[in-house]
Amino acid sequence: MTVVDDRPASPAEAPRRRPNPVLALLRNSWRQLTSMRTALVLLFLLAVAAIPGSVLPQRGVNPEDVRDYFVAHPDLAPVLDRIGAFEAFGSVWFSAIYLLLFTSLIGCITPRLRDHVRALRAKPPVAPKRLDRLPQHAVLAAPAGGAAAIAEVLRRRRWRVVVRGDEVSAEKGYLKETGNLLFHTSMVVVLIGVALGSWYGWSGNRLLVAGAENAFCNTQQQYAETKFGPRVSSADLPGFCLRLDDFEAEFLESNGQPKFFNAKVTVDEEGRGPRPAEFSVNSPLRVDGANVYLLGHGYAPVVRYTDRFGRSQTSTTPFLTTGDVGITGEGVAAFPDANVDPATGRRDPDLQMAFTGLYLPTAPQQGPFVRSDFPVERNPLLNLVAYRGNLGLDAGIPGSVYELDQRQVRTGKVKEVGTKLLKVGETWTLDDGTRLEFLGTQPYIVLSVRYDPGSTLLLVSAGTLLAGLMGSLFVRRRRVFFRVLPAGAVAPAGGSTDPASGSPTGGSSLVEAGGLPRTDHPGFADEFAQLVAAVSGDGPADERAGADRDGGDPAGAREGAE
Amino acid sequence: MSALSDQLVSFAILAYLVAMISHAVEYALGNARAQVATPARELVGAGVGGAGGSLPAEPAVAGTTAAGRSGHRARLAGRIAVGVTALAALLHFGALVTRGIAADRMPWGNMYEFVLTVSFIGVAAWLVVLWRKPSLRRLGLFLTLVMVLLVATAELVLYVPVVPLVPALNSYWFVIHVSTVVFSSGIFLLGVVPAVAYLMRAGYERGRRSFPYTLAKRLPAAAALERLTFVLHAFAFPIFTFAVIAGAIWAEAAWGRPWGWDPKETWSFISWVIYAGYLHARATPSVRRNVATWLAVVGFCTMLMNLFGVNIFFEGLHSYGGLD
Ligand code: HEM
Repeated sequence: MTVVDDRPASPAEAPRRRPNPVLALLRNSWRQLTSMRTALVLLFLLAVAAIPGSVLPQRGVNPEDVRDYFVAHPDLAPVLDRIGAFEAFGSVWFSAIYLLLFTSLIGCITPRLRDHVRALRAKPPVAPKRLDRLPQHAVLAAPAGGAAAIAEVLRRRRWRVVVRGDEVSAEKGYLKETGNLLFHTSMVVVLIGVALGSWYGWSGNRLLVAGAENAFCNTQQQYAETKFGPRVSSADLPGFCLRLDDFEAEFLESNGQPKFFNAKVTVDEEGRGPRPAEFSVNSPLRVDGANVYLLGHGYAPVVRYTDRFGRSQTSTTPFLTTGDVGITGEGVAAFPDANVDPATGRRDPDLQMAFTGLYLPTAPQQGPFVRSDFPVERNPLLNLVAYRGNLGLDAGIPGSVYELDQRQVRTGKVKEVGTKLLKVGETWTLDDGTRLEFLGTQPYIVLSVRYDPGSTLLLVSAGTLLAGLMGSLFVRRRRVFFRVLPAGAVAPAGGSTDPASGSPTGGSSLVEAGGLPRTDHPGFADEFAQLVAAVSGDGPADERAGADRDGGDPAGAREGAE
Repeated sequence: MSALSDQLVSFAILAYLVAMISHAVEYALGNARAQVATPARELVGAGVGGAGGSLPAEPAVAGTTAAGRSGHRARLAGRIAVGVTALAALLHFGALVTRGIAADRMPWGNMYEFVLTVSFIGVAAWLVVLWRKPSLRRLGLFLTLVMVLLVATAELVLYVPVVPLVPALNSYWFVIHVSTVVFSSGIFLLGVVPAVAYLMRAGYERGRRSFPYTLAKRLPAAAALERLTFVLHAFAFPIFTFAVIAGAIWAEAAWGRPWGWDPKETWSFISWVIYAGYLHARATPSVRRNVATWLAVVGFCTMLMNLFGVNIFFEGLHSYGGLD
């Protein structure tokens, strides 16, 4: 769209005697910043700056990958980390680019907004003296009603019209600039929405195992990981509790691909009674002040360990899925309080127990028993290794609850004491006479609980952005002028291109018409010809009606028939 | 049904190949007269804003009968090429329909189906363009080349058997988001053809006579190509914008956040920004048209990166390409 410059040239400022160099510099920089060229360069920079964020692992997307990257590139990773490469979209350089871009954007739209409001209030300009100089020109027989009738035809086609004596000026396509401004303003609003979400929003992730005893309530401590906006404190979390009652999943028989998930839960919101609810992938649970999303699922084996003193403890530990189709789970059932002497109450830290290994919902017929064949429990099997010793849980070093602290194994504080395959109901008697029973499993789900106060704003501004964009791209601004010539006037030089003018009806007056597309508009010649025909009132009327190509399909914009 | 679909794809590739060869024949035989015959249509769009593209492409030697005959043959080859392209598009469409019936869903569930659909949209849009502006026919050589490459890549590299959708994809947003992504990608795919042709032709018109530019000797005038490039991009951009927004809405429902800088999202963002840059550049009088057009080409490369690269190189939530 070639810009036939819309903005009135600002009157040249009278050169001041001694301009303040600082002010001049500032003014110049501002002018530079808000120029279209700068916007272009910044847009391009923004695109380039987004690339590292897709190539390098990102903490926000996949923190494990970042850890792996540190292991794989011990020299490079810390350097990259220092320049924020693992949080690229929150880094200084990325923020600098988009903040500059948006400053430029605001600096660009504000004066345009002002100019546009002025243009909307202004009347179409006076017709130029020589209409034959305009890109489109025609001479036709004047219609019965003269200028008023011409104005009426134009108005019916939703042109903005002004009649000045024998002259009619009309303009159309203001929506283009309106759309453009709406589009660019919406972009600012999108940014505000994002900012609101990141300041006042929060999210937390955790696993939820089925059963009343595993219910969780919405407090910060109950999450495995949380992300809080800077303006959020743990007191802001809405109070509700959630219990997983049942989880259904269906899989394709042929390849184990999931077909359907559904989690049945009981929600207990503060101030309301407990109520049953269901949710699944693509349809989150919406509670007051938060949304709960289902991100994954797996199995938590239930095992009972009976120690040297005959005391039993039951553990239900989620085994994390390893990412294969058969939902092979990996985890550890730890019993740090095992083998506490009931007589003395003294705990021997070297007699703590842990069982690590794999859970296979459908174990293959033959070994190795390391990969499940199918995600449904058809031949459930626990493949475990037993460890005895100091698990290192008291050392105060935070470790994952889903794996055994390997440092303790390496230093010999924990020793392997046997391996075993267990089917449901089977018992494993260890070397010291203690027993482990595999009782069964419970399903668990992976939840993400989130609150984003900016989302409504984002949705609305995305809508206005799109509407504005359509207006900006598909509407064209153009002007037409008509001048009723006194009867007998000679057609001006340059001749007429309109066949209608060939035989002016004897004695009646003529009308001269000119058209000016203000933005690149290849279909304008067509439109102009139709307009001229409509004004002179000939031709099949039905073809004229609705001939407005405004906002039409751009591919259909016909080329000039001239 | 699934087997029928696979066969139809193979036939479609063959047909595109035949169309490409016919176009090449037309190109080889084409002479100046064919061009001079339709100057008015070739210079469309030059009228209002564009620079005049009215340079006589070849010194039109007064019509020897040989030239006349080869011109006639060239036109014939061109018409055959268009006919065969239409036939190929029909086969292509048939392959998509049968694939959809076999899978009992829209055929956009994995990369293979995705590429197949995008390329179909591209060729269908090309036929529409051709219908409205027959003078652009010679672009068909480039288009059919792109089609052969894309569809054959889909068949040879990306092929996967028919399977239903994973639950994350099983949503009406799937239809809305993916259909618009596919549609806009198809138009962008078509848009890059005149963009590249324009860059070559503009160089030729500026008097360059080295390798890639000489290929453009018999292409339509640069101004018309540039105009078509813009029209296609301006048409596709809002649809793509809508697709990205729909994707964000769906991501909110499925993963709990509208935008998470997953690699696929990141590359859509990059494409979007580059195409926005193209539209800006074209609207800025001080930026030369070929700089702007280069941006459109870069934009398309980022689309390709998103389509192929991200599925192959990166692991993300969108990894449902169907490749292991
Ligand atoms: C946030 C970054 C921006 C994006 C994504 C963006 C996007 C766009 C798009 C897609 C268009 C095409 C619509 C059309 O052709 O009418 C456009 C047009 C335009 N933009 Fe931007 N823009 C951005 C920033 C800016 C800035 C900073 C300026 C001011 C320097 C600006 C000024 C304009 C103008 C004047 C037009 C209208 C061109 C015409 O007359 O067609 N934009 N913008």
